[in-house]
Amino acid sequence: MLYRETGQFKTTYESDQRIFRIVHDRWIILAILAAALGVVPFVATPYLYTEILIPFLILSLAAVGLNILVGYCGQVSLGTGAFMAVGAYAAYNLWLRVPEINNLIVVFLFGGLMAAAVGIVFGLPSLRIKGFYLAVATLAAQFFLDWVFARVGWFTNYTASGSVAVGDLSVFGMPIATPEQRYFLILGMVIFLTIVALNLVRGQIGRTWMAIRDMDIAAEIIGIRPLLVKLSAFAVSSFMIGVAGAMWGFLRLGSWEPLAFDINRSFQILFMVIIGGLGSILGSFLGAAFIVLTPILLNQIPGWLGIPMSTALISHIEFMVFGAMIVFFLIVEPHGLARMWAVFKEKLRLWPFPY
Amino acid sequence: MGAFLEVLLGGLLTGVLYSLVALGFVLIFKASGVFNFAQGAMVLFAALAMARLQEWMAPTLGWVAFPIALALSALIMMALAFAIERLVLRQLINQEGIILFMATIGITFFLDGFGQTIWGSDIYKIDLFLSKDPIFLFEDVFPGGLLVDPYELMAAVIAGILVAVLAVFFQKTRIGRALRAVADDHQAAQSVGIPLNYIWLIVWTVAGLVALVAGMMWGAKLGVQFSIALVALKALPVLILGGFTSVPGAIIGGLIIGAGEKLAEVYVGSMFGGGIENWFAYVLALAFLLFRPQGLFGERIIERV
Repeated sequence: MLYRETGQFKTTYESDQRIFRIVHDRWIILAILAAALGVVPFVATPYLYTEILIPFLILSLAAVGLNILVGYCGQVSLGTGAFMAVGAYAAYNLWLRVPEINNLIVVFLFGGLMAAAVGIVFGLPSLRIKGFYLAVATLAAQFFLDWVFARVGWFTNYTASGSVAVGDLSVFGMPIATPEQRYFLILGMVIFLTIVALNLVRGQIGRTWMAIRDMDIAAEIIGIRPLLVKLSAFAVSSFMIGVAGAMWGFLRLGSWEPLAFDINRSFQILFMVIIGGLGSILGSFLGAAFIVLTPILLNQIPGWLGIPMSTALISHIEFMVFGAMIVFFLIVEPHGLARMWAVFKEKLRLWPFPY
Repeated sequence: MGAFLEVLLGGLLTGVLYSLVALGFVLIFKASGVFNFAQGAMVLFAALAMARLQEWMAPTLGWVAFPIALALSALIMMALAFAIERLVLRQLINQEGIILFMATIGITFFLDGFGQTIWGSDIYKIDLFLSKDPIFLFEDVFPGGLLVDPYELMAAVIAGILVAVLAVFFQKTRIGRALRAVADDHQAAQSVGIPLNYIWLIVWTVAGLVALVAGMMWGAKLGVQFSIALVALKALPVLILGGFTSVPGAIIGGLIIGAGEKLAEVYVGSMFGGGIENWFAYVLALAFLLFRPQGLFGERIIERV
């Protein structure tokens, strides 16, 4: 009764092709957006901004990017952290060397474009190798780029420790300093790029990605060019990941070193995609929320229970519980949180009648 | 010439240690199609168990502690294989490869945390009763001879024995034949009456024991600490170079990667400021893959619509 499409007739092509076809979906999305824009600024504390909302939003964007590659185009990549690093360092160098452009949006987009270029280069092997061989091959990108940013001084402006710092940021002349300002900038970027992603995956290019994912040989036979399709997936995915990396460096960390984008970051984002649901934009957000919130909660539990434990022990137990939860989730719902949500909606359509 | 050979030999011996880790991957991938990322964590776990058990028993038992600790660690690895098969793999039968892969990453996290929770997280040592002094080989052929680490030499010998034993096990025994049948085709193997769960249990046990051997060798070389788990990342290029499904591939891939990496570090790395060891193996493996997408010895990939 609460949620159903009965009686919602689509009488125009426009209404048949919109992203959220059911009126309840539109309400839910509007409510979430209204809460994010209107309610959060009044209730949020700096802790909530910097530790939960900002990481959640940025990593969601990275997960959306990776989901395009892994979930929609079927190319498993373990190099996400490296592409984030490319975005962050490219953005840093533009910001540092061209001070006239003191506009973060331009800086972030430049980071994204550079990441897309690097992504295309490291996507080239995907034309020849597939599956887990490709996954391991993308690790080459991870280790090679880690090394480049650690060793080539130009990228880090020859700082001794290899760590770089940014400050005095602004967008169109407006300063970006407080957590609230950073939050709004990130929110804007994430909403914009998510809409872009939603439209890409349901359009012509998204359909060719899915054709390649489902069976690349068959797709090739019906006239889809793997070169263009695979590389475009790498480019779009790396672009979003690069923008996310630039935002992570500029707005989450403020100062960072290559270690911030190591292989664990790659795994973290891949977890978000898998736990959230392969081939689902909504899933990327759900997965990001899960992966960001779980360690924070796990960290709090010993405090609540009042058991004194050393920090090393807590972090080890955190690892254990985190690993066990991931295995548990994969067993309970291998298709991710997005599938759970879909099943829940299915149930809601019939509720309260059994059929 | 002597210096070159010394670098080459050092690289080959390190390569053998990579092979030991890669071997565990190959065994599991062959028999169950699972890309077991947890192999590195298993190596760490086995090494920690071995080191701590030996440490606890050594003051009272002396050298006898070593075989007892070894046997106990082997039992622990068997129990671990049993638990993984029961609690994880059996629940995930028929899922896609990437889901299983992610599950093994979950196991990796769990084992890293679990191992350090129960065994502790300092640096421990495994005593193999070998002298620390380097050995000089071929002293009459080259001036000064070749400098060799006895641990690495021993690792090479043990790896050789291990591969021989595995080869006999796979080729000559009943279980080995069943393992090969499962590797060829799960469904066909099941239809002629081979119990899949039992086979997987055996494979994971064997992989656990290989991990124990690898852990002992790495532990004796580097000290037992968290960084051992990262050795798995070095075994991955070995794996794609040799092919996911080939035991000889793991060995030869390991030798190529080990030697190539050391030679590159010594002769090319200095031009770039060093540290290229971390990624050189991957680039080398990638270059090979562009010519043979299935690795050196992997099964040919046949694709049909």
